[in-house]
Amino acid sequence: MALEFRSVTKTFTTNSGDLLTAVKDVNFVVNEGEFVSVVGPSGCGKSTILSMTAGLYQPTQGEVLVSKERVTGPNSHVGFMLQKDLLLPWRSIVANIEFGLEARGVAKAERRERALRELRHCHLNGFENQFPYQLSGGMRQRAALARTLAIDPEIILLDEPFSALDAQTKLLLQNSFAKTISETGKTTLLITHDLAESVLMSDRIIVLSERPGTIVAEIKVDLPHRDQPIKRRMMPEVSEYAAQLFKHLKLEEKAA
Amino acid sequence: MTDAVTAQTSAQASAPAKSKGLKSQTVKPKADAMPINNPVFASLALFAVVLAAWEFLPPAMDVPQFIIPTLSQCITELGRMWQFEGLLGHFLSTALFTLLGFVIGSALGAVLGYLLGMSEFWEKVLSPYILALQIAPKVAFAPLFIMWFGYNSLPKLLVTVLIVFFPVLVNVLQAMRTVDRDLVNLARAYNLSRLGIFWKVEMPSTLPNLMAGLRIASTLAVIGVTVGELVGGNTGLGFLISFGGGQANAAMVFNAIILLTLIGIVLYAVLVRVEARVLHYLPRAEH
Repeated sequence: MALEFRSVTKTFTTNSGDLLTAVKDVNFVVNEGEFVSVVGPSGCGKSTILSMTAGLYQPTQGEVLVSKERVTGPNSHVGFMLQKDLLLPWRSIVANIEFGLEARGVAKAERRERALRELRHCHLNGFENQFPYQLSGGMRQRAALARTLAIDPEIILLDEPFSALDAQTKLLLQNSFAKTISETGKTTLLITHDLAESVLMSDRIIVLSERPGTIVAEIKVDLPHRDQPIKRRMMPEVSEYAAQLFKHLKLEEKAA
Repeated sequence: MTDAVTAQTSAQASAPAKSKGLKSQTVKPKADAMPINNPVFASLALFAVVLAAWEFLPPAMDVPQFIIPTLSQCITELGRMWQFEGLLGHFLSTALFTLLGFVIGSALGAVLGYLLGMSEFWEKVLSPYILALQIAPKVAFAPLFIMWFGYNSLPKLLVTVLIVFFPVLVNVLQAMRTVDRDLVNLARAYNLSRLGIFWKVEMPSTLPNLMAGLRIASTLAVIGVTVGELVGGNTGLGFLISFGGGQANAAMVFNAIILLTLIGIVLYAVLVRVEARVLHYLPRAEH
């Protein structure tokens, strides 16, 4: 078990003093090497799940375990990536990839070596000395993935990393991410609102309800080619899975 | 087969055309340099017109020398000031204290800005006083400083420090408040210490604002020194302004103002160069 949520509830105090429950009694497990997506309506606490896994804040009740250890703060087991690439604009691409290694006492030469390795992994050869503004959106996200992989985390958390990209770049990037992730064999948790994306990329999908977010369904995606979403896309079963998700999210009722 | 041949010939044919295109491109900027629509040329032309008007218009309109001295009268006066008034000493004193006040004031402003930016509590405690002091006209402190510290260089330095301090402080503080929270969270997730986050994320994020603050401060530094010298003391270009004014020597005042402006321009230009160097990673807007 790479990641486990044990009856996790998270409550925030809003600025006006009200209590707001983001997620309620959430239980799930992500096995090692598995690719799991979390889908749900906006504001259902998807990102809360991510932040608690990253250790940015603690659950109000219950516990989060990464590699059987309780998460009590930011830790080196977890690497996360957001919709924004969060590259430091004043650093070259290779220096950005090294960023995560700097607080870990990795020697300079080794940092550079690991960064260049991940750079090749993410097909960014030749761009190491460019600055972020010189790269396209898709390339910047690949650089962000390289930075995430460079710290060699046990789990990769992806919070809607493709949602700011145009449709074609998105397809290509999903494919390239899926390939890189399956090559490294990393456990991955993808937070997304794109139902098709969750079907194309994951082994399993967790469906959350509206706030307070609770798990309403867990769907196992029994399709080949997890490492090639573009191939999966051609399969007729994909739309069946999407229809299932539709049903669980009660989208038809809402549209009516 | 025929396709390949035609492709080859067309490639050969396009080669000389390309070099021709290149040649005409290199010639073009030269041709652009002369006409009036070149902004540099137009700017220089305007400068020449203003100088000519300055030289010839006042005598033509019977404006006396003690109201508006002509360009040549100012240049003559400049030579006299150099010989008999110790202009170099005054100039260097003003330049030195502008620089000194700028460096000390902006260093203090930046340090306090970063400290307050890291502590929300102290920012809230001190911000009403900072606001009050920021609104208070700093140059009005000059007579007080002279009463306290006497007719020496200290008062003018203090006025300059005070006037330079705030734009830097406010810019840095503003920038610290708006550092991307996600970037800070990322750094936290990577186990960076508080100090590590400051040096690797917050400090570089605020550099554009710091540089903007410094640019504003550089122009204010000249004002601070000038006021300090106007109010008291017997050195500096500000002193020459009040001295020349007392003698109805408008040319001396003109010269002092021009030299003060020159000091400000040089300081500003240096900062622009430094900024371009430091902020090289920002995509430059195409004008």
